Amino acid sequence: MARAVSNKTKLINTAVAGTLGFLIFFPILWIVVLSLKTEQDAIRAPLEILFNSGWTTESFSTVQARSDYFKHFSNSVIISVGSTLLGLLIAIPAAWSMAFVPAKQTKNVLMWMLSTKMLPPVGVLVPIYLIFRDIGLLDSRIGLTFVLMMINLPIIIWMLYTYFKEIPGEILEAARMDGASLREEVLYVLTPMAVPGMASTVLLNVILAWNEAFWTLNLTAAKAAPLTAFIASYSSPEGLFYAKLSAASVMAIAPILIMGWFSQKQLVRGLTFGAVK
Amino acid sequence: MGNIKLETVSKSFGSVEVIPPLDLEIEEGEFVVFVGPSGCGKSTLLRLIAGLEDVTSGTVLIDGQNATAVPPAKRGLAMVFQSYALYPHMSVGKNIAFPLKMAKVDQSEIETKVATAAEVLNLTDYLDRKPGQLSGGQRQRVAIGRAIVREPKAFLFDEPLSNLDAALRVGMRLEISELHKRLATTMIYVTHDQVEAMTMADKIVVLQAGVIEQVGSPLELYQTPRNIFVAGFIGSPKMNFIDGTEAKKHDAHTIGIRPEHINVSSSEGSWKGVVGVAEHLGSDTFLHIHDSGLADPMTVRVSGEVDFRYGDTIYMTPHEDKIQKFDAEGLRIT
Amino acid sequence: MATKASRTAARAMISPAVLLLLGWMIVPLGMTLYFSFLRYNLITPGDNPFVGWENYNWFITDPSFTDAMFNTLVMVGGVLLITVVGGILFALLLDRPMFGQGLIRIMVIAPFFVMPTVSALVWKNMFMNPVNGVFGRLATSLGFQPIDFFGQIPLASIIFIVSWQWLPFATLILLTALQSLDQEQLEASEMDGARWLSRFWYIMLPHLARAITVVILIQTIFLLSIFAEILVTTNGGPGTATTNLTYLIYVSSLLQFDVGMGSAGGVIAIILANIVAIFLMRMIGKNLDA
Repeated sequence: MARAVSNKTKLINTAVAGTLGFLIFFPILWIVVLSLKTEQDAIRAPLEILFNSGWTTESFSTVQARSDYFKHFSNSVIISVGSTLLGLLIAIPAAWSMAFVPAKQTKNVLMWMLSTKMLPPVGVLVPIYLIFRDIGLLDSRIGLTFVLMMINLPIIIWMLYTYFKEIPGEILEAARMDGASLREEVLYVLTPMAVPGMASTVLLNVILAWNEAFWTLNLTAAKAAPLTAFIASYSSPEGLFYAKLSAASVMAIAPILIMGWFSQKQLVRGLTFGAVK
Repeated sequence: MGNIKLETVSKSFGSVEVIPPLDLEIEEGEFVVFVGPSGCGKSTLLRLIAGLEDVTSGTVLIDGQNATAVPPAKRGLAMVFQSYALYPHMSVGKNIAFPLKMAKVDQSEIETKVATAAEVLNLTDYLDRKPGQLSGGQRQRVAIGRAIVREPKAFLFDEPLSNLDAALRVGMRLEISELHKRLATTMIYVTHDQVEAMTMADKIVVLQAGVIEQVGSPLELYQTPRNIFVAGFIGSPKMNFIDGTEAKKHDAHTIGIRPEHINVSSSEGSWKGVVGVAEHLGSDTFLHIHDSGLADPMTVRVSGEVDFRYGDTIYMTPHEDKIQKFDAEGLRIT
Repeated sequence: MATKASRTAARAMISPAVLLLLGWMIVPLGMTLYFSFLRYNLITPGDNPFVGWENYNWFITDPSFTDAMFNTLVMVGGVLLITVVGGILFALLLDRPMFGQGLIRIMVIAPFFVMPTVSALVWKNMFMNPVNGVFGRLATSLGFQPIDFFGQIPLASIIFIVSWQWLPFATLILLTALQSLDQEQLEASEMDGARWLSRFWYIMLPHLARAITVVILIQTIFLLSIFAEILVTTNGGPGTATTNLTYLIYVSSLLQFDVGMGSAGGVIAIILANIVAIFLMRMIGKNLDA
């Protein structure tokens, strides 16, 4: 609104929104605090924890030493980045053709692709599990990468499609009038203009793959387990574990929180399939 | 160089025929304007010539060669788009250089050509800027610069001035006309603004629903319009059309008389009416007259300032030799 | 723009995606369907005879099925209620002028990016644990008896956790939709004499209606498949108190190794999801102008 809003109103809004926002964010803040405490301190009363106890990074080192945290971390990285990049490879040509050479069926094909994302994973749990077992892909990074690629492919295609569609057709026509061949048009004009959109797509899908918690829990055991499964192992802990769980959690969610900060707009675009603008 | 001929060219989108078969010839060095209301097919026609759309039937000949199946990149034409279509990620210099780069021209030659074009268009100071940092008029010039360096057989302009404000439009109109005089290259220009058409063209092609209504010089279209549509389209304010008894008096189904061809008087004249709204432009005044029994309203142009006010009775006398006569089909009776 | 040559090229470029997705759907779906009609248990060897609707019968008449369906309904409904209402309120709040809006937005959005296993375990242990959790400590210090969340109200606890995760999503979507509301419309209504509540009811809410529907449909599809949170907190228990359809099928298939039954359950889950999907696809289709 262009009208002047009094500072007092602004302050009230800030106070209300800030308090609510803080409450929502609090659990995340809390585990950061707990991750820097000893296990004994971590189970004391909250005020005690905040003001009456020392800080330490021992939990971080314990988590890494005892459970080979780094291996799970790298599994997460490999699986999420790998599935997204592979998906990109398949999605770019598909989205390109749908955006720039639309046919009568294009809309239907696109909608069908989106609908495959609405399949409940549990409906195909059995066959996928059995197939993977029989061809030795259970508990393998390759198998998991493939599965995650398939479930995110619709979103990758969809997002690229919308970004491609936003490139003004006239600019590509201008390139053609300027004498560019198809290859030159794609190389010199289309790609540079599509790079931001592709980056956004990669961002969102890496996040989605990193956080995926159905296939990563059911298709992995010790070798290929990413962080989702690793953290799940804390559901049956032995002894004091709050600080360790906090440390492990902080390390698991930190990269994604940072990436998430940059991808709010992409979230809306990617997950509402254009039904909300 | 720059002779373009369309032979029975037609265009359909699916089952909709937007351009029925038409023939058109554009002479070398001509400034031809395609003009008509929205949806008349003028942009489509331009794009057919450019090769950005395939013809459904017919032949496009460029300098005598059949170019119908030739892709746009190879036709040797340059196009200035309505939205300018500049490459947003390239600087002005790189934008202008792009066609030369595609033609694999030597780098040093590219630099010279770009510098020349920039000078002609007053863009030398902006060569390193990106399109996003330029004003509308400057972007317009970059688009023209990109077209010029190609030294094309013909320039194609697709409503290039629609996105500019009124003052800028007048200035750019003159610049484009001067460019034409200097380069002497064929230019095909699409617009819906008949003022642009009249002031810039050697030859005007008036289109309606894909059909060429008339081809001729601006003066021809003004003085001898082939039908009611052209008569009403060319000239601003619109020609007055009168049916009924008054038209019969002149042996026609409809007669037309332009606002500037009517004399007015407060005391006597052939037609009588009541003054409605008066538009004062300083140099001219346009009076809209009601209750004349002819057309409602009748528009009359009067030079300078006049003393007619709302509700006044007024008498109109047309210049007899300027009355256009049309038959029942809307065609001009010669 | 489209010429014959580019059309053939286009078809070639789209084929890998189409073929892969087709395969990904048809092969497992076909197998699930097929298995659902067999008696097939991984730990009892022998052939797998065709038994028609037997699996479906068993699955549906099993009391856990009724519990699971009920729980699924309650879970989805509960989360939807909290997130949609909360989302609208937060969207309205965040749309107002304030200081530090960027920072507050980040705080509100953050939970969506936390992986489900982390959020479930953090809530269960650090907050909901009656002895050591923050809620428990708070209660004790105020003189109240701490609630044993997962002992006494396990389903509500899970609903709470999942709502915390999805509230940012609803808020973000609704905020985006709210901000796309033409300011001039609101200004016009103000000129017409409308107070805030009227403006909200007659202009903002109808504008948001579409976004709310989308949020509901999309969330429903994902919420039908709540899994990780159940797995790491209650394992569906106590008893079947927190078992939803997805979890029930998981138990059948991977814990009891009853492929036949699990597949039957899977088919039912697919049908359910499809019903919601049809509505969602219609909404998407309306907006698509390929």
